[in-house]
Amino acid sequence: MKAFLDWLDDRTGCRRLVHEALYERVPGGARWRYVWGSTLSVVFVSQVITGVFLWAAYSPSAQTAWESVYFIQHEMPGGWLLRGLHHFFSQAMVVLLALHLMQVVIDGAYRAPREVNFWLGLVLMLLVLALSLTGYLLPWDQKGYWATRVATNLLSIVPLVGPQLQQLVVGGPDYGHHTLTRFFALHAGVLPGLLIFFLVLHVALFRRHGICAKLPLKKPDATFWPDQVLKDAVAALAVLIVVLILVVHPVRTFFSGHESPVNVTQLGAELGAPADPSNQYAAARPEWYFLFLFQFLKLFEGWGANGELFGAIIAPSLVLLTLFLMPLVGRWKLGHGFNVLFTFVLIGGAGVLTAAALNEDYQAQWTDGESFAEVQAVINQVGDDEQKIAAHFDNDVVRIREFHKQAGRYERYRKSREHLVSVEQAEREARRAVALASRPSGIPYSGAVTLLRNDPKTQGPKLFARYCANCHAHQDPDEPMAENGSAETSAPNLYRFASREWIAGLLDPKHVAGPDYFGNTSHSEGDMVSFVIDTLPEWNPDDVHKVVVALSAEAQLPSQADEDSQDGALIDAGRKLIANEDHCAGCHKFRDSGELGMAPDLTGYGSRQWLIGMISDPNHERYYADNNDRMPAFAKDGGDSSQNILSARQLGLLADWLRGQWYEPAAASTAESSKRSADKEKAKVPAEPSTADENATEATAKPADEENVAEPSDESNDSDNPASDSPDEPSDDPEAKEESTEPSDDDSGEPPADEATPQPSGEPAEKQDNGQPAEEPPDPSTDESPDDSR
Amino acid sequence: MPTPSQTPSGEGSRQKCGTSAWHCVTRSTAPAASDRRGFFSQAIAIACGGLALLVPLATGVLVLLDPLRRTSALGKLIPVAPLAAVPDDGIPHEFPVVAERVDAWNRSLEPIGAVYLRRQKGESQVECLSAMCPHAGCFVNYDTESDTFVCPCHNSQFALDGAIIEPSPSPRPMDALETEVRTDEILVKFEEFYSGRAQKVVKG
Repeated sequence: MKAFLDWLDDRTGCRRLVHEALYERVPGGARWRYVWGSTLSVVFVSQVITGVFLWAAYSPSAQTAWESVYFIQHEMPGGWLLRGLHHFFSQAMVVLLALHLMQVVIDGAYRAPREVNFWLGLVLMLLVLALSLTGYLLPWDQKGYWATRVATNLLSIVPLVGPQLQQLVVGGPDYGHHTLTRFFALHAGVLPGLLIFFLVLHVALFRRHGICAKLPLKKPDATFWPDQVLKDAVAALAVLIVVLILVVHPVRTFFSGHESPVNVTQLGAELGAPADPSNQYAAARPEWYFLFLFQFLKLFEGWGANGELFGAIIAPSLVLLTLFLMPLVGRWKLGHGFNVLFTFVLIGGAGVLTAAALNEDYQAQWTDGESFAEVQAVINQVGDDEQKIAAHFDNDVVRIREFHKQAGRYERYRKSREHLVSVEQAEREARRAVALASRPSGIPYSGAVTLLRNDPKTQGPKLFARYCANCHAHQDPDEPMAENGSAETSAPNLYRFASREWIAGLLDPKHVAGPDYFGNTSHSEGDMVSFVIDTLPEWNPDDVHKVVVALSAEAQLPSQADEDSQDGALIDAGRKLIANEDHCAGCHKFRDSGELGMAPDLTGYGSRQWLIGMISDPNHERYYADNNDRMPAFAKDGGDSSQNILSARQLGLLADWLRGQWYEPAAASTAESSKRSADKEKAKVPAEPSTADENATEATAKPADEENVAEPSDESNDSDNPASDSPDEPSDDPEAKEESTEPSDDDSGEPPADEATPQPSGEPAEKQDNGQPAEEPPDPSTDESPDDSR
Repeated sequence: MPTPSQTPSGEGSRQKCGTSAWHCVTRSTAPAASDRRGFFSQAIAIACGGLALLVPLATGVLVLLDPLRRTSALGKLIPVAPLAAVPDDGIPHEFPVVAERVDAWNRSLEPIGAVYLRRQKGESQVECLSAMCPHAGCFVNYDTESDTFVCPCHNSQFALDGAIIEPSPSPRPMDALETEVRTDEILVKFEEFYSGRAQKVVKG
């Protein structure tokens, strides 16, 4: 062995190298204050290690970046830990940098002969910050996308070359594949390469000058190995422990006020919803260590374009310049004092700004909103009209000043509350994206963003808010996403439309003319209202219940599948009552009974197809015909006409959402949903050949699900093209439809023979003939049917 | 065997290693050349070496600069919504702008941004504001409570006609976009402007 080492040393001189590396003299012995540089190096090496492994699973493109990160985080064993380590090590690195810089400045280690090494250190600092900035974008989630948009937009205000610079960095006029490839090349190639280069120089110069020992020396000299290495290693381990704690219990759970996640794959670094340029992201914030810059920009309100230039470009450049000049300033008698003071002011100021930014965003969390009730009432009364304010307070200057102070505080509270709502919404979309991505059918090639764009649960509330909430309420206490309920709605509340509760309310003399039903519409004095108020009380309450159950069963709501199948006898009895021309069929059409044109058709009432038809054209004779109050026809022209307000795809999403028909992952399903879906299998649904479905919850959500899966593949050109929703529309074979729209799903169970009755789409009249109108398929491919029927 | 560094080395002194017919020089110092020849060799060496590195580098930079010649597909009239979708209630309604988007090798019909459309009582003319904040490019929200536009990023605030409400970090009002109504369909000339500037400067 010794002979081999001798030989090796002879050929390479390795002994001297090792000796130089390990036995460097440490004047005054090893000390804890010298560990910062070493821990930084160790953390950097850890970043290289974790980064290379992440690299092995990462795919930089707009269609695959989020998807591959999702896969790392949620599917690959230990992926969450690897990502978490990389994420929190990067944050640790920024903290350690600040500490290292402070220690160097305080010890005066920047002075001759170490000036050049100090400058090298500053270059390294900039490289580390650039690494975190570029890394933030790579998951291509909403957070990284929008934050980076802001950062790169700031680039465009750089004098002279700004726009070109921005276009080069972004990789084109718009954000996309090449933004990712460029950022990734910077993040994994250029920047680490430069960092290693400068780090080697930094360490070499450090060795050349030796450690800048803190005087007076308290202990005898020691050698780097093992004394200082021991301390360095312990410090590195401590950093790792802190990082591990952060991975397991991220600070964000503290700020967002949520409990720690239970599933390990939710630990570690956050992954937002996939980036969507068309989906606003109000919760965009930079990484916490850039928050001070973000807050600093806010100080220049009212400065116009100069404020931006000064805050984002000039001021940070001046700070950097001062840092670079420290070695020269340090020669001056008071220079060192100035440098130390400057560093403290800088770091202290950054701390204050960070705290201010956090306070601004999160104050609603710890502020009692009730305390603003008074000032809010005054604001509602007087607005921002100074004269009215003065009059309100009887021109009492003190009270007016106090009011303005309170109003300002309320305004800040309100903004914070809005931010928290945005964060909440972002987290919900993130969870939803993960839930959809982890479906057995996986992520389509068009990327995960199409999963969200075609998800009724995500898009329904947005569409409803945009098109329906002007008149309709949809008040659901358990679903904050549906915050569409406004106090002044003028049309029925559509929450759980066509459910038993909803119909029971409609047939309740106390409610039918109330604001949740026809109260604020022209029907408030119509035949239906007078029937419910005058005639129904004479009915046997059991009969009313039967009608409620039978009519609600027409909707085939997934949430009610269980009850519907149990109450077969009730439903049959109810149907007979409805079909009686002395009861409902006197005005309404119901299957074979009654006529169209007087009141809405009750055949398939509240079903997907019925709803789509209703929203498309309420003036159609199948619905309110000439009695329609104010409801616009959202897709009167049918098909893909550009005159339609809503596309077929949007109609489908809206109808599915109103019916509560969407995919829910099995793990998140409640006892109720699994119960009802188990029942769904028993229910005889022609277009639902999922009797062999292994996943009960899947079955529940299938119809909506199919659309989701079927569509993304042609998402690129169907966003407003309803035709593509049902490429095989003419097909009469439910199974054929099933397969063509959903090739990847797991249920290929045979449709029971007696249920395979073809359902000519959109022809309720024909449905009566096959005797199974109530089992109208919630098949997405029928979604244009109302148009056809017209 | 003495190590090369211990060998006194002078002009032309060489160490030979190995026993075969192949000889390799372990260390030597360059013979003192005449100044002129030295300069000549140095210049050639730098030129050759530099060229050897420059060609790959220049090729890379050429490819890297490609985005500069790509232009945005913006600036065309894009149908955004049917007129009926914007009630004449004076309230801004948000609409996505769907157009062909070219993302490197992909060409697809996609939402490329969003606009706020507003119609005054009884008018058929539609006002259109880009939803992108002129400050730093965030997505501006319509805040129903205060009946203003508020940017969630840096709190820029705008009136319904897009005018700045002071104090605001935004250097200019929200960007108005040209609209046209053709057979009951609203078309918008969708453009993006550089953010953070006092003047509207079209991107791309």
